[in-house]
Amino acid sequence: MIKELRPVLVILLVLTALTGLAYPFAVTGAAQALFPRQAAGSLIEKNGRVIGSELLGQSFAQPGYFWGRPSATAEAPYNASASGGSNLAPSAKSLADSVAERVMAFRKANPGETGPVPADLVTASASGLDPHISPAAAEAQVKRVAASRRVALLELHNLVGAMTEGRVFGLLGEPVVNVLKLNLALDEKWPIKK
Amino acid sequence: MDAYGLLLLILFIALVVGLTPLVGGYMARLFEGQPLLLSRLLGPVERGLYRLAGVDPGREQHWSAYAGAFLIFHLAGVLLLYGLQRLQGFLPLNPADMAAVPSDLAFNTAVSFVTNTNWQNYGGESSMSYLVQMVGFTVQNFLSSAAGIAAAAAVIRGFARRESGTVGNFYVDLVRITLYLLLPICFVGALLLVWLGVPQNFDAYTEATTLEGVRQIIAQGPVASQMMIKHLGTNGGGFFNANAAHPFENPSALVNLIHMVCIFLLGAGLTNTFGRMVKDQRQGWALLAAMGLLFIAGAFISIWAEAQGNPALTQLGLQNMGNMEGKEARFGIVASALFAAITTATSCGAVIAMHDSFTPLGGLIPLINMSLGEVVIGGVGSGLYGMIVFVLIALFIAGLMVGRTPEYLGKKIEAREMKLAVIAILATPIAVLGAGAVAMILPIAQASIAAPGPHGLSEVLYAFLSAGNNNGSAFGGLSGNTPFFNTAMALSMLIGRFAFVIPVLAIAGAMAAKKSAPPSAGTFPTHGMLFIGILVGVVLVVGGLTYFPVLALGPIVEHLALSSGTLF
Repeated sequence: MIKELRPVLVILLVLTALTGLAYPFAVTGAAQALFPRQAAGSLIEKNGRVIGSELLGQSFAQPGYFWGRPSATAEAPYNASASGGSNLAPSAKSLADSVAERVMAFRKANPGETGPVPADLVTASASGLDPHISPAAAEAQVKRVAASRRVALLELHNLVGAMTEGRVFGLLGEPVVNVLKLNLALDEKWPIKK
Repeated sequence: MDAYGLLLLILFIALVVGLTPLVGGYMARLFEGQPLLLSRLLGPVERGLYRLAGVDPGREQHWSAYAGAFLIFHLAGVLLLYGLQRLQGFLPLNPADMAAVPSDLAFNTAVSFVTNTNWQNYGGESSMSYLVQMVGFTVQNFLSSAAGIAAAAAVIRGFARRESGTVGNFYVDLVRITLYLLLPICFVGALLLVWLGVPQNFDAYTEATTLEGVRQIIAQGPVASQMMIKHLGTNGGGFFNANAAHPFENPSALVNLIHMVCIFLLGAGLTNTFGRMVKDQRQGWALLAAMGLLFIAGAFISIWAEAQGNPALTQLGLQNMGNMEGKEARFGIVASALFAAITTATSCGAVIAMHDSFTPLGGLIPLINMSLGEVVIGGVGSGLYGMIVFVLIALFIAGLMVGRTPEYLGKKIEAREMKLAVIAILATPIAVLGAGAVAMILPIAQASIAAPGPHGLSEVLYAFLSAGNNNGSAFGGLSGNTPFFNTAMALSMLIGRFAFVIPVLAIAGAMAAKKSAPPSAGTFPTHGMLFIGILVGVVLVVGGLTYFPVLALGPIVEHLALSSGTLF
C-alpha cells in the first residue's frame, strides 16, 4: 500500500507546485512585465482615481449619459464582484413582465423614440457587466442625451459613429459601442454644468 | 444564419481541422515516449520526478494496475482539494478574507474538479480564495485533463499493440502530458490572453468610483492562467460566477475564438493520434468526421433557434435582434449559440451566454449534445475513448446484420468486450435518469427549481446530464447549492467518470492481448462513408432513445407552449 502511495503523493504534490504555483506566478510575472495595463484589469483613472475598467460596464441612470444593458447581478446592478445573468426561462412570465416594464421605462425616458426598442436595451446580459450596447441601442438614446446636454443631434450622432467598434478583423463578433468610453468622451466634450 | 455566422463557423472548423494533424502528431510522439522539442529543457525535471516518486519509467502496467493508479490518484486529488477549501481561511493568498467552504459544497466542488466536470455551485469571486483557485482549481484543471488524456493513451495502445500484456504506465503518461503538452501551450496562451485584455494579478479587489459616483468593487485575480487550461483541458470551471461571459474572462470576439479553438484542440487532435498509432490515419479522420457531422448539425439548429428570438418578448415591441436575454452584446447571437454547441459537444462546460435563458429549441441542443454521452469531440481523452465504445457497438450491430464476428483494426470483438462496452454506455444514463427521477419526487429537491412549468424539468435534467457526463455547464436558475444537489450530483459525477473509464480500460487490456488478423474481403472497412453513417446513427439512436421521453416533456413541451403564447 505504502509502495503504491508514494508515486501518487509525490507526483500530486510536485505537479501541484508546478501547475498551481510555478505556472500562475510565472505567467503573472511575465504578464505584468509585458502588459502591465491589461494584467491589472484595464483600469481607467481620472484625476488619480480609479473610475472603473474599460472592460466592465457600470450603472448609468442619469439622462445625460448613455445607458448600458439591464444587469441582473446580485445586490445591485453592475456588481463587479458578483457577476451573473437572470437565468430566467424563455417561457417565464416574470421575464416577459420585466421586459415589458423596461420597454415602458425606455419609452418614458425617450419620448422621441417611437419605433421598436433595440432588444439589447431591455434584456439582461449574461455577465451583468456587459460593457457594450449595439449601435442601434446607442442611436436610440441620442435624442435624450442631446436634449439633456444641449448638444446638436448631429454632433452626437457623429460621436456615436466614431465610438462604434466594428467587428474584429471585419469578421468576428458584433459591432458595439463601449458605454463607459462613450460617456467619458461626452464628459470631455460637453461637461455637465453642475 | 447571416453571412458572418457562416464565416465564423467555417473559420472555426478550418482552424480545428488544420491544427488536428499537428497536435495529433505531437501527442503520438508524446505517448510513444519519443524525444520532443522541450525534452532538453524539461527532461531533467521529468527524470528527477520519477526518481523522487520511485517510478520506473521503463516499466509498463497491466490495464488493472493502470486503472488502479488512475483511481488512487483521483481519490488523493479529491482529498487535497476538499482540505484546501475547508481550510482556506487559515491559508495565505486570501486578500478578500474568504471563510471555510461548507462541507457539502466543498465535497461537490472537489469531486467536480477532479472528475473534469467543473460544475460550480459557488460564485468564484464571492467564495474562493486565490490560493484555492490556483492550488486547487487550476491544478485539477491540469491533472484531471492529463488523467483523461492518459486513459485515452492507454486505450489507443490497446488497439495499436498485438499480444501485449501492458497498456502503458499511468504515472509516466500523466507527467509527460502535463509537462510537455499542457504546461507549454498554457504558458504561451495565457500571455496571449493577457495581451488581449484578460487580467492576471494577485491584487485585492479594486475599488472604483463610477462616473455617476457609485462605488464599484472590481473582483480581480490570476484569470488568464486559469482560462487557458480551463478551455484547453475542457474543464470549464470559471474564475468568475458568470464564467466566460464575464468580460475579464472573455473580453472580445477574438479572445472568444481562441477559447473556442482551445476547447476542440486536444479532443480533435486525439483522433489523429489514434490514427497515427494504429498506423492508418484514415481511421482517425473517420472518427473526426462522425463527430463533426453531429457537431455541425447541432450548431446550425442552435444558431437558427436563437436567431428567431423569443416570441413572448418580440411582441412587446422589440427590434428582433434574436434572443438577447442572457447574452453579451460583443458576441451576439451567432457566437453565443455556437459556443453553446461547442462547449456541450465537448465536456467543457464553459458558457458565454446563459443556457437557461436560451429559447427552448436553442437549449435543446446543449441537452442533446450531453445526452449523446459527450462523444462529439468530448472531454479531452474521454471523448475519444467514449467514441471508441460507440464504434464497438456500431460494428457489433453491423456484424449481426451480415452474420460475421465483428472486428476493429484487425482485432476480433468478442462477448467480453461487448459486455464491457454496454456497461460503460449504460452507467451514465442510469446515474442521470435515476438521480433526476429522485430529484423530481423529493420536495427538498423541488424547492431548488427556479422555473415553473416544463422548464423546471429541463433545469433538473440539465443538472444531472451535466454532472453524469462530466460537462459542468448549467441551466443556472436551479439552486444547486443544497445538501441534496451537492451530494446527488457529486455521486453522478463519480459514476459518470469511473463507471465509464474502468470498463474502457478493461477493453483496452483485452484488445492489447489479442492477435491481429490482416483484413480480408469480408472485413468491414472502418474509414468509409458507410461506417461513418452507421456510427452517427448508433450514437443518435442510443442517446436519442434513452433520453427522448424526458426531452419531450421538457424543452419540446416548452417550445410548443411558448409558440402558442403560454407562459408559466
